[in-house]
Amino acid sequence: MSTTFPQFRSRARRGILDEHLQQALDHTTEIYRTGRVEALGKLLDSEALRDHLKAIRSSTLARLAEHLETFERQALAAGVQVHWAHDGAEANGMLIDIARRHGVKMAVKSKSMVSEEIRTNAALAEAGIKPVETDLGEWIIQLAGEAPSHIVCPAIHKTRQQVAELFSRELNRPVSTEIPALTNEARQTLREKFLAAGLGISGANMAVAETGSIVLVTNEGNGRMVTSLPPVHVAVVGIEKLVPTWADAAVWLELLARSATGQPLSVYTSVITGPARPDDPDGPQEVHVILLDNHRSDQIGTAYEEVLQCIRCGACLSVCPVYREVGGHTYGSPYSGPIGAVVSPLLFGLEGFEALPHASTLCGACLEVCPVRIDLPRMLLELRSQEVGERILPWYDRVVERLAASLLASSRRWSFLADLARRLVRPISRNGSLRLPGRLNPAQPRNLPTLSRRSFRAVWQDGEIGDET
Amino acid sequence: MSQSSQHSIGSRQPATRHVALFVTCLVDQIMPEVGVAATRLLQRAGCQVDFPTEQTCCGQPFYNGGFRKESARLAKHTIEVFEAYPAVVLPSGSCAAMIRSEYLHLFRDQPEWHERARRLAAKTFELSQFLVNQIHWQPSKPPNGSTVTYHDSCHTCRMLGVREEPRLLLRCAGYSIREMAESDRCCGFGGVFSMRMPETSNAITAEKLRLAADTNASLLVTVDPGCLMQIRGLADAVDIRAEHLAVVLEEATR
Repeated sequence: MSTTFPQFRSRARRGILDEHLQQALDHTTEIYRTGRVEALGKLLDSEALRDHLKAIRSSTLARLAEHLETFERQALAAGVQVHWAHDGAEANGMLIDIARRHGVKMAVKSKSMVSEEIRTNAALAEAGIKPVETDLGEWIIQLAGEAPSHIVCPAIHKTRQQVAELFSRELNRPVSTEIPALTNEARQTLREKFLAAGLGISGANMAVAETGSIVLVTNEGNGRMVTSLPPVHVAVVGIEKLVPTWADAAVWLELLARSATGQPLSVYTSVITGPARPDDPDGPQEVHVILLDNHRSDQIGTAYEEVLQCIRCGACLSVCPVYREVGGHTYGSPYSGPIGAVVSPLLFGLEGFEALPHASTLCGACLEVCPVRIDLPRMLLELRSQEVGERILPWYDRVVERLAASLLASSRRWSFLADLARRLVRPISRNGSLRLPGRLNPAQPRNLPTLSRRSFRAVWQDGEIGDET
Repeated sequence: MSQSSQHSIGSRQPATRHVALFVTCLVDQIMPEVGVAATRLLQRAGCQVDFPTEQTCCGQPFYNGGFRKESARLAKHTIEVFEAYPAVVLPSGSCAAMIRSEYLHLFRDQPEWHERARRLAAKTFELSQFLVNQIHWQPSKPPNGSTVTYHDSCHTCRMLGVREEPRLLLRCAGYSIREMAESDRCCGFGGVFSMRMPETSNAITAEKLRLAADTNASLLVTVDPGCLMQIRGLADAVDIRAEHLAVVLEEATR
C-alpha cells in the first residue's frame, strides 16, 4: 500500500476517465452535500451545536487516558472483556485468538473503517477464518476484492449493473439488475451467514465511558444482527472514539448522520453494554472490546492532534473538488478524501504516501463542512512542510523552490530575470499563452500562460498610468 | 459616503487616501492590465496610489509547497516593503489572505516578526474588500445589458469572507449577475497543485467551466489572478471568457 506522485496521478487519470465512476460520484456526493445542508438547516442552531461537539471532542482528547480507564472499568463491570492493542497486528492477533478459542470458521462483520485500516479480513483469511461483510456496500467490495472508496458509502463507485454481475458470480446464477432485487439477494444470502457465524465483528462509532457501552450507527440493521446473533461479539474500537457521557454522545449523534447522509439519525442506532443477561431472550454470551491505538496516541500534543476529533462522517469527501474528480481509490488508503489525505500518512507513514498531502487545492471546503471544524488545510500544509524537512520531496523540487525564493527575494534580480525570460518566450507565445507542442506541456491540454509583453512595473516606471484626476 | 466627508470645506484637492498597491507576481508578469485597472479604480475612488518597486512575491507558493524558510524570507521582505504605508491593496484574494492570515502562522515562533505581520495584516485588503468596506466606494452606472457570472475564489470567500463585495461592485457598475451552480467550487488551480497533479487540476477546471458556461453569461469574473490564469488555460473549449474584476470595473466606470 502506497501513494507516490506517479501512483496518485495514474490512478487519478483512470478515475477521471471512468464514466461510471464520474456519474456515481456526481450523483452520490450531490445527495450527501445537499442533504447535509438541509438537515443542518432544520436544527435550531447547527453552528452552535458544531462548536459544542468541537469542545466535547477536544476536551475528551485532552484527558483521553482518564476516559479510557473509566470506559475499561465500566465495561468490565458490564461483563465486557477489554483488550488493549498497540497496533493492527496485535488487534488482529487478539481477534484470531478469540475466534480460535471458540472454534470459529466463519465470522460476520458489520461496516468498520478501523478493520479496513488494519486489514482484518486479510489477517482472518490467512488464519483460516472466513470473514463475511454484511453491510451491503462492504459486501459488494469484498466480492470485488476492492477497498472502500468512500468512508460512509464504501461501494459508491459501483453501478447496479456491476453489482449484479458480482452477485451472479457469487451465487452462480443470473441476478436481476433492479435495486430491490439486488438488496433482496443480499438479504437472503447474508441472513444464512448471520445464523451460521460463530463470531460477530464490529467497529464502533462511539465508546461511551460512563457506562462502558459502544454505539453502532447503521442504516441496514446488519450491525444489530452481527452483534446479537453469533455467540461471540468483538468490537475493535479506535481509542479516539471515546466520549465521556451520554449527554456528550447525544450531541455527537445529532451531528453524525446529518453531516454524513443528511439523515436526522441513521435508521439504526444500537447501544451495546455487555453480553446477554441471563433473562435476555438473545444476544452474545461473550463481548470483547479491543481498544486500538495504532499511532493515534502519537498524534496527541502534535500539530495533528485535532485530526483525532474526526467522527468519520465523510462530509469533507462530498465537497472536496479533488475527491469528486478522482474517487476514493486514487488515495490508495481506506481513508480517502481530505481527511484521508491527512490521516493516511499519519497512520501508514509519510514516506510512501507523500502524494496525499498534495492531493488538495487547499480550497478549504472541507473545513467549512466539518462538523468538528478540523482545520484539514492547515494539517496538509504541516505535512507538506514535514516532507520538505525530512527530504521526502524529490531533490529537484527542493533545488527549484530554493532557487526561486532567492531570486524573488530581490526585486532587481527578479525583474532582470523575468525580462530575460520574456524575450526567450516571445517566439513561442500567442494570445497570452505559451504554445508548446503537446508533449512539452506538462499541463496539457491546459495552455500555460506566457509572460506579458511588458511587466506592470515597467508600465508603472515609465509613468504611463497617469492620474486621471 | 466617507469620500465626500473627507473633503474639507473649501479645499480644491480631491479627497485622498494613501494606499500601496501590491500588484502580486502573476499580475506583474502575466496580466499587467489588471494592475493598471486596479490603479485607475483606486484613483477614481479618491486614493493616492503608490507602487513600491521593491515588492516581489508574498511567499504563498513556497508556503503552500511546504517551504516555510523560503516563504518566511519573502514574507519578511514583503513586510519591510509595505509596513510603512497606511493601507495595502491587492488585486488578488489569495495573496491578501496569505498576508492577512497565514503570515501569523508562519511567524508563530518569532514574536517580533509576528507582531509586524499582525500590523500589516490589519491594513491589508483585497481590492473589492477595500473599495466596498474601507472607503465605501461604489460606481453608479445604469444597467448595461451584460450578464456575468462570478466565481468565488476559495481563499477570497473562505479565508477573507469576501463574497458580496465583488457582486455589489459588478451590479453597481451596470452588470447583472447570473449565479452559477456552486459558485464557490474550486477552479482547480491550487498553486503548485496545478503542475503536480495536472490531470486532476484540469478535470476540476473543466467542471468549473461547465458550470459557468451553463449560465449562458458572456463573462466569468473573478478577483483572483491565479484562478483567472487557470481558467483561461482551458477556456478555449467553452463559450465563455474570463476576466478580472478590476478590468471589468475599470472599463465600466470610465
